[in-house]
Amino acid sequence: MRPVFDLAIPSQLSAALIPDLILIGGAMILLLVAVWRRESREHQRFVGYLSIGLCTITLAAVWIMMNRLGSATDGPIAVDNFRWMADIVILIGTIGALALGIDDNDRALTTTAETHVLILLASSGMMLLAGARDLMIVFLGIELMSVASYALAGINRRSERSAEGALKYFLLGAFSTAFLLYGIALIYGATGSTGLHQIRVRVIEQGLSASPLLLSGIGLLLVGFGFKVSSVPFHMWAPDVYDGAPNPVTAYFAAVVKAAVFVAFLRVWLEALPSEYGAWHRAITGLAIATMVVGNAIGLMQRNMKRLLAYSSIAHAGFIMVAIAAGTMQGASAMLFYLLAYTLATFGAFAVIIVLSRGDAPVTTDDLSGLWRVRPWLAVAMTVFMLALMGFPIAGGVGFFAKWYVLKAALQAPIPQYTLSVVLVLTTVISAGYYLYVVMVMFMRPRAADAPIVPPTQSLTRTVMVACAALILLLGVAPDLVLRYASVGVPTVGVPRAPAGPPPTHTALAR
Amino acid sequence: MREFLLSVAYDRWILPALLVLPLLGAAVILFGGGTSADGDDEVLTGASRRPSRLATAVFGLEFVLSLGLWWAFDPAVSGWQQRVDVAWIPSWGVRFTLGLDGIALMMVLLTTFIMLLAAYGSWTSVREKTASYYALLLVLTTGMLGVFMSLDLFLFYAMWEIMLVPMYFIIGIWGGQRRIYASLKFFIYTMIGSLLMLVGIVYLGLQASHDVVLHGFHQTVPDFSYDTIMATVHVTPHAALWLFGAFFLAFAVKVPMFPFHTWLPDAHVEAPTAGSVVLASIMLKLGTFGFLRLAVPLFPGAALDPRVRTAVLTLAVIGIVYGALVSLVQPDFKKLVAYSSVSHLGFVMLGIFALTVQSVQGALMVMINHGLSTGALFFLIGMLYERRHTRLIADYGGIARVVPMFAAMLTFVSLSSIGLPGTNGFIGEFLVLLGAFRTYPIFAVIATTTVITAAAYLLWAIQRILFNPLDKPVNEHVPDLNRRELLLMAPLLAGIIWLGVYPAPVLRRMQPAAEHFVRAVESRAAMASATVDAADRGAR
Repeated sequence: MRPVFDLAIPSQLSAALIPDLILIGGAMILLLVAVWRRESREHQRFVGYLSIGLCTITLAAVWIMMNRLGSATDGPIAVDNFRWMADIVILIGTIGALALGIDDNDRALTTTAETHVLILLASSGMMLLAGARDLMIVFLGIELMSVASYALAGINRRSERSAEGALKYFLLGAFSTAFLLYGIALIYGATGSTGLHQIRVRVIEQGLSASPLLLSGIGLLLVGFGFKVSSVPFHMWAPDVYDGAPNPVTAYFAAVVKAAVFVAFLRVWLEALPSEYGAWHRAITGLAIATMVVGNAIGLMQRNMKRLLAYSSIAHAGFIMVAIAAGTMQGASAMLFYLLAYTLATFGAFAVIIVLSRGDAPVTTDDLSGLWRVRPWLAVAMTVFMLALMGFPIAGGVGFFAKWYVLKAALQAPIPQYTLSVVLVLTTVISAGYYLYVVMVMFMRPRAADAPIVPPTQSLTRTVMVACAALILLLGVAPDLVLRYASVGVPTVGVPRAPAGPPPTHTALAR
Repeated sequence: MREFLLSVAYDRWILPALLVLPLLGAAVILFGGGTSADGDDEVLTGASRRPSRLATAVFGLEFVLSLGLWWAFDPAVSGWQQRVDVAWIPSWGVRFTLGLDGIALMMVLLTTFIMLLAAYGSWTSVREKTASYYALLLVLTTGMLGVFMSLDLFLFYAMWEIMLVPMYFIIGIWGGQRRIYASLKFFIYTMIGSLLMLVGIVYLGLQASHDVVLHGFHQTVPDFSYDTIMATVHVTPHAALWLFGAFFLAFAVKVPMFPFHTWLPDAHVEAPTAGSVVLASIMLKLGTFGFLRLAVPLFPGAALDPRVRTAVLTLAVIGIVYGALVSLVQPDFKKLVAYSSVSHLGFVMLGIFALTVQSVQGALMVMINHGLSTGALFFLIGMLYERRHTRLIADYGGIARVVPMFAAMLTFVSLSSIGLPGTNGFIGEFLVLLGAFRTYPIFAVIATTTVITAAAYLLWAIQRILFNPLDKPVNEHVPDLNRRELLLMAPLLAGIIWLGVYPAPVLRRMQPAAEHFVRAVESRAAMASATVDAADRGAR
């Protein structure tokens, strides 16, 4: 039997934070290493490799903690499998971003080794987010993550688009953080606590569920999270930022940053506010539908690959929100599984874009025309990633199972989400319009005579691409390899069994 | 023979082997090459002749292996045979369950037979990127066979979607002028239909869910097993109507039934010859097979609801008449045959929804016959196209004198497609009309008129191609069929004659399945309406 942790004891609290401490401490040391020597290609690569090593060590620590450590019922830091699984997704994504970044810096002649350290710092913020069971720690994590992200968005100092994107990201990010903070303040005002567990207890004990203070707090919090996950109508910043940032950073934003925010989003909603399900359910449903429809519909018009993937990322935020709307533990597992699948597919697709990109010019679908004729395996890999994002069975591998899991969670919820399921399915058909378009131009259009020669794939980029494709296909026939952990993961989470779901009380529905 | 097969445990490995063998073949073609000196990029896009020989050998082996099923299958036994059942995704209750009944048996044999010919027939028509082409054909085979064999609804769905990707590429890369448009239309149409079916499948699986202990926890796991769902799931009539609608859409697009057929002429015409053959001979049957296996038996209450049934039969008869009439005016021979498929498949739908033993048996026969005759027609059109690079009927005339062998075959195959007594086409449509006449005389009478129209469009077409005066000089030097093409057509002709003269062995294997289908549907429908009546009484 696993021990129950008491996080009021400082030594036990720090034990629960070992992986986070390893990452953040390592990042500090690497920051010193990065500025120790003059900027050069070799030094940039060296720091990059060290960063990947640090992430691997952290990953190992998370794995050990997951298998050794017990659970904690209370305290500011979650000790449960939901956190560990989220950490694993975040770290895998971080390693992908670092690997792509090492190669991309070489190509773009960027010699600043600090890019890697910034990514590490952002990731430590995310790991904090994944473990946060207190709104203050949520805020701390988001800030640590965001500040590093703003810098990353503008890391390419020679590009105007990058600067524009970074400024937009910074302004809107600060704006959304204000929403978040104000929401936290109002919730604190209503309940007198920032701890997720206490909030839930007090809402029920003191009969606060109709309190206007609490409801407006929830609303503001929702807007804040909506900005961070780029759900419609708070999505406007995403395409510009994604377009302007260097490719590996864009992949990192689209997959990992979003994953971390979603993890916190779900935990706050299901752990602190399950009794308010009736109130937030309708809002989340509306946001999810708008996000799925708008994201996919605008995606159809994109010809710039990075913008296409930006809208795809918005659309996927909508799909993930369906899992939150289910409001169950199964929804939580489904979300983790979806985030893993989405991270793999997104990094794979960006690896292909990195191979094709030349200087600052955007990669468009025209650059992909007839790719099959010159680089068939590159085209095949891109097809796998596109089909995975579309959620096509077997050929799209794990992407299908991810959508399937969300669909299953939505239909199996105590209040089955029929509307959301049908919208999810129909918007998936719409998304076929642009994902298939990419496949079509690669295979069925001729290669233009003046098309530039596609440079050979760099080794790390190739590794990321092959690993992503292999994992997508492997998990596409044997999802149980991961499901085993994802589905055990959640019952021990702070999201407790009975009250986590929507309460069967009539008050919530009657209102 | 049967003893020998059982002694090598044929029953236990044959179905998985038939699914895995094509995949292995595809892998060998793609990765086992190592022949080209131009670097590995050439493996996918090169024009080597090796893949065609290799793929044909794999398909040959596949066909020979599957032939054993003819003897291993025991017509007297009801229930699934050659059943294989292993866990696939325990957390979601998904199993890898395969099995055959008489209907599936015939479709599997038809598939392996037609695919062998399709690969052999592509030797000259596909000359570029051969490795990719044959690898896709092989993967396509796995998908189609998987649909016929699956006894798990989830597996069924996965296989159903797998087929889509190879066919999309086959049409889109090796197709004709408007191939991109045709392939996208094919993909999107099929996908819209099947995704709603997915929601229906999830719903059914959750209805059948049960508690198990998994990974140390009590969990509620859905169950997608066909048998379990048939035995335990009783949905309300209202839900049944929606679910039937979801399945209906998926299958009606594939069949294709009348208003959903518009993808078919494009896909058929633009696809390369083998693609058209596979589409017509096998993929269309997947739709009617879906009705027989899933849509009707699962929701008999909805399927036999008088309004639904009349609507479906009306669409089927419209399809029969409309397909034939449109064929009559097509200038393009390939399009003519494509529209004739709409008409033939309408007969199948009429047979299934008329729901008598005879009409269902007739429908099954039409499925097989259409596979042979229309497949043969598309092959012949392809051969003609390779010689003259046109499919317009007006470009030919009087070529019977130049290519006598070709003319004889085209005439013979057309007659079988029309349903001349003595060929296979006759018995199927005759049984459908006979069976349907008992329950729906008016629909049957209207459908009968098409027998005449069918004769008109095909005979008129071959008259204009083969027999009118030889007035175009280009046609005077068209070479006749060569040995490979004769070898390709011979098995098809043999099948056409065999099924026309002595269909008893085939009928004997399908009869129990057809009877079981009709009885099961009727008794389940009666049960469903009885529960509704009881509920009504209770409400009063």
